[in-house]
Formats: sequence, structure tokens, C-alpha cells
Amino acid sequence: MPDVDINHVAHLARIELTDAEKVKFSAQLKDMLAYVDQLSRVDVTGVEPTAHAIPLTNVLRKDEIRPSIATERILKNAPESARDLFIVPKIVE
Amino acid sequence: MSLFALTIAELREKLRTGEVSAREVTQALLNRIQAVDGKLNAYLWLNPDDALAQAERVDAKSDKLLAGIPIAVKDVLNVDGQPCTCASKILKGYTSVYDAQVITRLKQEGAIILGRTNMDEFAMGSSTENSSWGVTRNPWDLERIPGGSSGGSAACVAGDEAIASLGSDTGGSIRQPAAVTGCVGLKPTYGRVSRYGLVAFASSLDQIGPFTKTVADAATMLRVIAGHDDRDSTSVPRPVPQYSIAGGVKGLRLGLPKEYFIPGMDREVEAAVRAAIRQLGSLGAEIVEISLPHTEYAVAVYYLIATAEASANLARFDGVRYGARVRGEDVIDTYGKTRGAGFGPEVKRRIILGTYALSAGYYDAYYLRAQKVRTLIRQDFEKAFQKCDAIVTPTTAEPAFKIGEKSADPLKMYLCDIFTISCNLAGNCGISVPCGFAGKLPVGLQILGKAFDEETILRVAQAYEQSTDWHKQRPVL
Amino acid sequence: MDFEAVIGLEVHVQLKTRTKIFCGCATDFGAEPNTRVCPVCLGYPGVLPVMNEEAIRKTILAGLMIGCDITRHSKWDRKNYFYPDMPKNYQISQYDLPLCLGGKVGAVGVTRIHLEEDVAKSFHFATNSGVDFNRAGTPLMEIVSEPDMRTPEDAFNYLTALKEILVTGGVSDCDMEKGQLRCDCNVSVRPVGQVTFGEKIEIKNMNSISGVKRALEYEIPRQINALKRGEKLQQETRRWDDDDGKTFLMRTKEYAHDYRYFPEPDLMPVVVDDTMLAEIRRQLPELPEARRHRFVAQYGLPDYDAGVLVANGALANFFEQAAGKNPKAAANWIMTVSEITTTPIQPEHITELVAAIDAGQISGKQGKDVFAEMLAAGKPPALIIKEKGLAQVSDTGAIEAFAEQAIAANPKSVADFRAGNKAALNALVGQVMKLSKGKANPQLVSSVLAKKLQGS
Repeated sequence: MPDVDINHVAHLARIELTDAEKVKFSAQLKDMLAYVDQLSRVDVTGVEPTAHAIPLTNVLRKDEIRPSIATERILKNAPESARDLFIVPKIVE
Repeated sequence: MSLFALTIAELREKLRTGEVSAREVTQALLNRIQAVDGKLNAYLWLNPDDALAQAERVDAKSDKLLAGIPIAVKDVLNVDGQPCTCASKILKGYTSVYDAQVITRLKQEGAIILGRTNMDEFAMGSSTENSSWGVTRNPWDLERIPGGSSGGSAACVAGDEAIASLGSDTGGSIRQPAAVTGCVGLKPTYGRVSRYGLVAFASSLDQIGPFTKTVADAATMLRVIAGHDDRDSTSVPRPVPQYSIAGGVKGLRLGLPKEYFIPGMDREVEAAVRAAIRQLGSLGAEIVEISLPHTEYAVAVYYLIATAEASANLARFDGVRYGARVRGEDVIDTYGKTRGAGFGPEVKRRIILGTYALSAGYYDAYYLRAQKVRTLIRQDFEKAFQKCDAIVTPTTAEPAFKIGEKSADPLKMYLCDIFTISCNLAGNCGISVPCGFAGKLPVGLQILGKAFDEETILRVAQAYEQSTDWHKQRPVL
Repeated sequence: MDFEAVIGLEVHVQLKTRTKIFCGCATDFGAEPNTRVCPVCLGYPGVLPVMNEEAIRKTILAGLMIGCDITRHSKWDRKNYFYPDMPKNYQISQYDLPLCLGGKVGAVGVTRIHLEEDVAKSFHFATNSGVDFNRAGTPLMEIVSEPDMRTPEDAFNYLTALKEILVTGGVSDCDMEKGQLRCDCNVSVRPVGQVTFGEKIEIKNMNSISGVKRALEYEIPRQINALKRGEKLQQETRRWDDDDGKTFLMRTKEYAHDYRYFPEPDLMPVVVDDTMLAEIRRQLPELPEARRHRFVAQYGLPDYDAGVLVANGALANFFEQAAGKNPKAAANWIMTVSEITTTPIQPEHITELVAAIDAGQISGKQGKDVFAEMLAAGKPPALIIKEKGLAQVSDTGAIEAFAEQAIAANPKSVADFRAGNKAALNALVGQVMKLSKGKANPQLVSSVLAKKLQGS
């Protein structure tokens, strides 16, 4: 069973966890990984993975302009906006 | 009989002839909700004035399939101008700016969008206990869960708070709650109904479907919502049949998968389902033994694929463009705090599992392997359908359990979906119909069909329903 | 010890489509913030992407021009990372089955070309940032090169040639001012003769082709000097600051992203069949290199001229219309036009100008005046020649009269010429030109004079 670095996974998922949650979720994640480990018993040699349940290809649209939505309507949903921009706390790289 | 207790077919007749008006019907439902929803908590959002205004506008005497019929929708479907929280705190304050394709279709056919129903947060759960806005109760026993994740949509139909409703089914979220609340629940074939406007949980598994009181109503609802939509690339351009459900089961071969009667199953549930299958036999169906050998892996495959897809689908809830925000020091801190406070425990748990399954070094062992076993599960069905026209199984292994009974152990909860999950992985269609009771709790019979062969499973369901009285039983509220 | 650099480039190019990659919002540049947006490109709950066919066709066209193998069965993947400019917090891109594989631009190998969506534009203020999603979802092609370049000039030449190809094909306008062509650079250094690569350092934020050159001119000596000082380099990402002329550390390897790629369930795969490929092939323009060769072979131009003309597609098109019977002369005139797209001169006017000179109607020197007038006023050369009364006198009768006048008035020159001093003829020609007020055809004058002097 691989090690679970709950801090790393939580960071990748951008979810801040409390210490209690970290303890609980890493135990539950380990349980789940132990459960799904049964899949390693299945012989999948030569089996193609299924990414879609239906066999469609080339679902494409024409390059035609459709109306955009009014800026006021979408900014109304924004937690913070100014100068017609969505405002976020400072972006640090 | 009270108007709220009628079916779509019965009400359409009364509306068409002018015996009742859409306003009277809508008002009757609103009164019923007023009277019983305090007990059930099926609805998250209602706008009585808007519902009555829709009723005033509709021409109920027209030939439209749903003219004047009040319908409830799961809080996962976007309706222009309404909230859509997916029972999550993270979508507090969000107002939809567009209609889901199924909503457009309901409106075109004259339906009245009555209100929004409770669910497990982001459709993750089997009991509706994972809602941020309180649990919904089973109309047959208020101490018990209504199933999930579409528990509100099931409870409101079972409790006569809506004539029909829409839910979504990713691993059984329509069929399982329909079974434990005693109504009809249909999961159409993947690609049959547009997902445009359905907030995604697991994109390759999600499908929208109806809850109704009868099989005939389910067929009507499917006629309305099915069809190609060029805004959903996974929507299949096939004509929508009339779904003629008469014709009986004579000459149909019904497969009985041996893997679906498991040790530890509730005895009364098993007895009810076996009786139902005998009943179908006596109606002229040929019952054939089949095998779906990879069934035991379905839950594991499902929890890897669904959580991986969900980990990406739910990444957009970050407090930048809509929804709630908890401000942190910088943008990364804000993401962490917003999502830490906005998501409930089950959603966090699944995002963490999905993130882990996709992360560097583990992809092949978990996600890719799950996709391959998914292929084997799909092939199981292909082989089985060479021997039979539809498959009959129990919908669940046990009736509705008590609120709180399984909350402590997520894995135990996940195993509730053991009979419904394979159908989503294979992408074919399934329906649950009432087939008796375990004590005073409803039991569901599941009928699984080939891809795009909803007609056959509706036909089987109809033949069964018409030969029994289970669907006429109503809970006392 | 001598060091050399190893350079590979990742170029992002916005495709020239009317609408975004997954929705019908317009891609026009410079609109008011958040006016080219819809639920799809804002990543609203419940929306789904639908692929723009033109984006696929333009990417394949680019691949064909670069000599790539077109992937017959291509698919889409989600690349997961959180950033406020990425509406869904995953980017729909292509991981293991890009549309185009292999290819070459000049001597530089192209590894792959894939299609993905562009991100929004962020504005940074004192205490917070603002996001405009107009750009989010613009179709973006990523062209990844092999690590085949060794010098900043190599990189500059590769980018210039790549841009030339994409503009010629109408794949992209590659307007760097509008951010339509952006570039990340991987550069490492190693002792000359060493086969393995040094530690790869990625440089981001270079907004022009010359910026890439400047960044490399800074970065390569920086790395070499560090090695010479005995320092160890490590894999890292650096940011180029064009104002400071320096690169700065952004993040080291341990903070590298884990993108968690997986197949995009909302989009179906693309199968490029023979019919589709043949249709796209028909749109294939002549590539610059082929055109250069043709200009030399067909028009007899020197390599240099062919290069100058082909480097600017509009100039080359203009030339082909103007070439006429003396392509080299036409090319000489055309190469002096600085703004070919806005010049009032019509190609056929160049043909006429060259013909007038070749026919001796005007002199080469007069031609320059006529050309200046053409540039200024856009009039046809014939009209200018007429208005200015520039037409040369080629009427032998008139010239004979002037010649006789000149012979009569300059006995000394006549005697010198007859004594064997051929140069004396020039003085007589000059006299005739003077008498004709410069309009006589000088070559005709010489021959008339010579005939008269030798004949009598």
C-alpha cells in the first residue's frame, strides 16, 4: 500500500483541512485504497480502457459567432468585482 | 381523489377537458407542500408566486405532453434566474443565468417548474444525508432516509408533493431512491438526454432521468427530455421513439444475473424481487440465467472513475466567478479556505480520493486500471444481452435504512449502490419499479436494458406494474 | 572549457478563428472587459464544451505545412491546475495523442503540435488582481520543438521562419503586440563534446521574437558563468524581465506542477479521415522555402531578391503580379517599397515602368523620378511621363536635325573623333541632348552621330 501524504493531496486539490480532518481523511483514504486494491487481481492484459460509454467521434461545431452574455449579469454572481473585472486577492506565483 | 395524488396521465386528461385548471393543480401541490414538507424536507427552494404565474401562462388545453403539470427538479439542474446550490454551501449566492436543456424541453412542453429538491451535496451520496441544508425523510418512515443522491426528487413524488420530478443518476442516484420510496425511477442510456445544464459530478456516468408514480408517466417524461442537443458533445443524434409501453412481456427473454443475489441481502427484499420475477414469468416472459462476472469490481471501478472526474469537475468552485468566498491572504490561500469551508466532508473525501488516483505515479495503478476493468464490465453486459432482451435484478440489497445508520463508515454507504453502479459504467439504461414491501418499507425491482432500448425496459416495467397494485400504495403523511 | 547551449522552444499561437474553441463567443481583440464571455467560457456550473471544427482544421493545416504526421485518432485531456485565469481550473488540452507529430522548420525538428484553450488575462493592482475572461477559450496551438538550437540566433531564426509559415497559411496572424504568439524556452548548457544535456531551465514571459533572443543572450552566459564558478545548476523555471534585461527565479523543481492529466469525458475523440485530410491539403499554400526556389527558377531572380520578397508574403504576391518581361528589374523597384500593403502603386504600374525604361521611352534616371511620383500619387507611369513631358525623342528625323546642328557647331570635336579619339563623341552627344532639352534617347543619338561622322 503506497504512503498517503494527505497534506500534498489536499494542496493539489486546494482544500484546506483541519487537523482532525487530516487524520480522518488519511485513514479513510487508506481504507478506500485497500478496498480498490482488489482491481489488481483482475487480468487486464490487452484490455482497452473505456473513457466514454458511447462510441461517437468528430462531434464538432461550425465556427459561427453566438451572442455573449451581458457583463452585468455575470458580474452579479461574482463575489467581488470592479471596473468590469472579476477581483481576486493578489496572485502570487 | 385529491389533485396532488394524481398521475401525469390522469391530470392531463382533466386539464385537456378543462375539468381543472393549471392554477388549481399548482395550488393543490403548493398546499400539499405547505402541509407535509415540514416533515419531509424534500424541497430546498420554492417560489409559489412564480409557479402560479407559470400556471396562468400555460395553455393547459393544448396537446403538449406536460401542459400544466407541476414538476420538481433536483438542485443540480440550472434554471435561468433560480439558485442552484447542489445542496452545497459553496454555491450560496449563485443564480443561474441559463436553462439546462431538460428545463428548456420541460418548458416547451408546458410543464410548471415547481421548485428545487434536496440532494446529497453535488450528488455524492446514497441517503441525502450529505446535504448542507438538512436531511430529507422517507415518506414511508420519517426516521429513515429517502435514498440518494436524488432523495428530494424521490420523496416529493412519493409524498405527493410533485406530480413528477427530475433527478440525476451517476451510480444509482435515481433508481436507488425510487426503490426505497416506492416510486418509478428511470436512468436513460448515457447520451440519450442532454447533460447541458446538469452540474457535473462524473461526466462519463451522469445522466438525467425522471421520478414518476407510474411507468406510463416515466415514458411521457422520457419523450420530453430525450433527444439530441448540439451543446452536449456526448448527446447521441438518434431519433426519439414514441416509447409505446403496451405489448406485454410474452416472448421476451429476461436475464437473471446470479451475481445479484448476494449473501447478506435483506430476506424480505430478496423474497419480493424473486416474487416479482416469477410474476413476470407467469406473464409470459422467459427467465434465463445469465452471468455478469465482473460485478464484484463495479464499486471499486466506480469510486476511482467517479472521484477522479469529480476532482476536476468540482475544481471550478473556487470563489472567483460565482458562489461563496472565504478570503485568505492571497489567491491560493483563498482557494484553500473557500473550498475547505464550502465543501462538506463527503465531497472533500471524494475529491481527495480522486486527486490521489490521478496524481503522478498512481494514474496507471488506479485510474487507468479502473478504466480497463470498466471495459470488462461493459463487455459483460454485451455478452449477457446476446442471451436476453433485458435483465431483472433487485435495485437495492436492503430497504431504506435509518438516518445516521451508515454515516460513520463511507465504504458501507458506497456498497449501497452495488446493484445500480454497473449500469452507469456500461452506459446502458435502467429503471426501478415498486415490487412490494419489506415490512412497511418499499422494495424496488430493477430492469436493465441495452443501450437506447428504453422501450423494452419500459414495456417490461409496464407489464409488471399493471399486474400488481404496488404502485397504488401511498404513504400516510 | 568551452560550453554550448541546448535550446528547445514551446510556442503558443492563437488560431485565427471567428469564435472560441468551445463556445460561440467572438475572439476579437480589444473588446471591453468581460464582454466576450458566456457560461461555457466562464466555467459556469453545468456547461459543456463543443469543439470548433475550424480550430482543428487550422491546427492540421499548420501541421501539414511543417511536415508533421497527422494523428488519425486524436483525443482531448484535462490538465489540472488552479489559477484565477483558468475558469474551470483545468485546461482542456491534448496529452498523449496530439493532432500533429514530428516535422521540421528549417533545420529544427518539431516534436508535436497540440490544440488547447487559452487562459484569461489578469491585471495586477496594488492589493489585488482583476480578471478579464474575454481571451479565455481562444483556440491556442502549442508547437513544441526538439532541443535542436544552440544559439540565440538559431532561436530567432526558428521563430521567424515559424511565424512566416503560420502567417502564410492563414493559421494565425501571429501579432505579438496582441499576444497571438507567445513563447516559453527550455535552455541548458553543457561542455562542448558532452552528449547528455545539462540541467534544463525554463524561461517564461517572453513577448516577442527579439525578446527570446535577448533572454537567451542573457541566460546562456549566466548559466555558463555559474558552472565556471563551480556552482551546480538545477531544474527550475525563470521569468524574463525585458525591462531589466534579466531572468529571475520563479520556482524550483520541487514546486513543479502535478497536472493529473486524464481523458476529457465531455469531448469525443477526433478521427481525421482521408477525406478531411484531402480537404485541408487543398488549402495548403506554397511554403516560403518552396516559393523562394520557384522565384529563382521561374523569374531568374538572385537568391537574395527571392529571399527578401518571400519573407513578406504581400511583397511576394505583389511581385508576382508585377514581374512582366523583366522580373529582375521589377523586383529592384518593388524591394524599395517599404509598406507594400498600403502603397498606392498598383503592380501593373511597375510592369509599365519597367517596360518604358526597357523600351527607351524614358531613361533609368527619369524612371526614378517617375517612380517617386508613383509612390506619392499612385498615378500610372504613362500619365506621369506625359504630364511631365518626359517621353524621350526617338524620332530619328528630329535627332538627325539636332546631330547636324551639333556637328556644324563643334568642328574640334568632329576632328578629334575622326582622329581616333572615340571619347570626343560624348561631347557631341551632350550637345544633341542639350539641343533636345534632354528628351532625345541617348543611345539613339550616339548611333546617329557615329553613322553621320563615319559616313561623311
